[in-house]
Amino acid sequence: MASITENELKSMTQEERVKALGMTSEQLTGRSMFMEFDPGETERFEYPWAPQVDFNKRTELDTADMTSTEVNSEIRDLMSKGYGTIVLKNPRGKHSLAVGILSKLNLIIEGSTGYFGVGLIDGPNVRVNGRVGWSCGENMMSGTVLIEKNAGSTFGAAIRGGDLVCKGSVGSRTGIDMKGGTIIVGGDTGALSGFMMQRGRMIVCGNAGKNLGDSMYDGTIYIGGEIKSYGVDAVEAELTQLDKDWLHRKLKQYGLLPSKGVDHFTKVVAGKQLWNYDNLEPTEKKLIL
Amino acid sequence: MAGTQYRGSEIKGVDQFLEDAEGLDSEREKEIGQHIGYRYDVNLVPDYDRLTPFLKKYMEIMGWDDLNWLEDIHMGYEEGKPAVFDRNINGWVRVPDSIELPDNQQDRDMIARELLLKFQMSDRHPLVTLRKAYMKF
Repeated sequence: MASITENELKSMTQEERVKALGMTSEQLTGRSMFMEFDPGETERFEYPWAPQVDFNKRTELDTADMTSTEVNSEIRDLMSKGYGTIVLKNPRGKHSLAVGILSKLNLIIEGSTGYFGVGLIDGPNVRVNGRVGWSCGENMMSGTVLIEKNAGSTFGAAIRGGDLVCKGSVGSRTGIDMKGGTIIVGGDTGALSGFMMQRGRMIVCGNAGKNLGDSMYDGTIYIGGEIKSYGVDAVEAELTQLDKDWLHRKLKQYGLLPSKGVDHFTKVVAGKQLWNYDNLEPTEKKLIL
Repeated sequence: MAGTQYRGSEIKGVDQFLEDAEGLDSEREKEIGQHIGYRYDVNLVPDYDRLTPFLKKYMEIMGWDDLNWLEDIHMGYEEGKPAVFDRNINGWVRVPDSIELPDNQQDRDMIARELLLKFQMSDRHPLVTLRKAYMKF
């Protein structure tokens, strides 16, 4: 594998590349592979393919007359040249802006963005000095996203990791299907927030709409204000000292710590009444039939 | 059987699933032959007094004030062995026997975070080969 050069790989078809790299296309369903950590692994803090960027190397990009695809492509190009801080000017509500950034970067967006902004990111720190449309930070893997104003519905849908922060209020279905990470809302959140949540944490400093945490499987929701109603299987839990310390730290970090502290927050978790483990189902069904 | 209620067992101690790999405790678990739920507390938030120097350096390099995505990483227990779930390969990676485990979950979680990070950033991670083979752009 080591004898194949990058240029040779690029000139191959995908099928040829797969074979040349010693991979196969056989069905792996039901098979497992033993893998163990190497404690002597070299210290490295970024993915091997990540561009080497310097936070102190800064540039600006006027996006007024560019398409989203052109902007996203230009961001990658600038990162490959070592720019670690990029300022996007005049975003004018473009959709799908700054998606798929997979390494560290400081990105400042001066204005508002449209749908699906900064989705599928893994590492960057993004600041939006305006509003964002639906599904901001969707499927985010790591990094921080800070929205200065309000956000639309499905804020942080299916987020896997990182901090997604909106200093204003957000729409409905915030953190729908979230699988990790932290969503922080400085204002209020709409109905069905935390719907089908599986893991991660959501903090709302203001009020929550109807059906909070409906059908949540796991994870934690902290609400600082009033809760209109709980969804199916969402229950209140005890706020521990560890929770309080963590909340204090997290909210202070983003300048959202309430003047009265965090003791008044309500902690909401899954009641686990919807957990289905159906190994027995075929037998039970036969008995019923 | 929609609406089947949770009838799993509570986590009693940090070594529970090292000593009992199957983890069948409640009647329901014995009935279906499967442990219900995670083998660790997925909702445990990190204790920042226990950060390792390596993790502190990682936070500094990434420009983060906290552990960010690593807050969701915990040491789990798979087939009676300590292991960490790697989302990038959708599988468990085992902690070598040579590593001595601390007596509490918080410190174990910090070790798990450090090991996972080193593994994910290394050239021997399966994603490196996968990217070469399948990356479109």
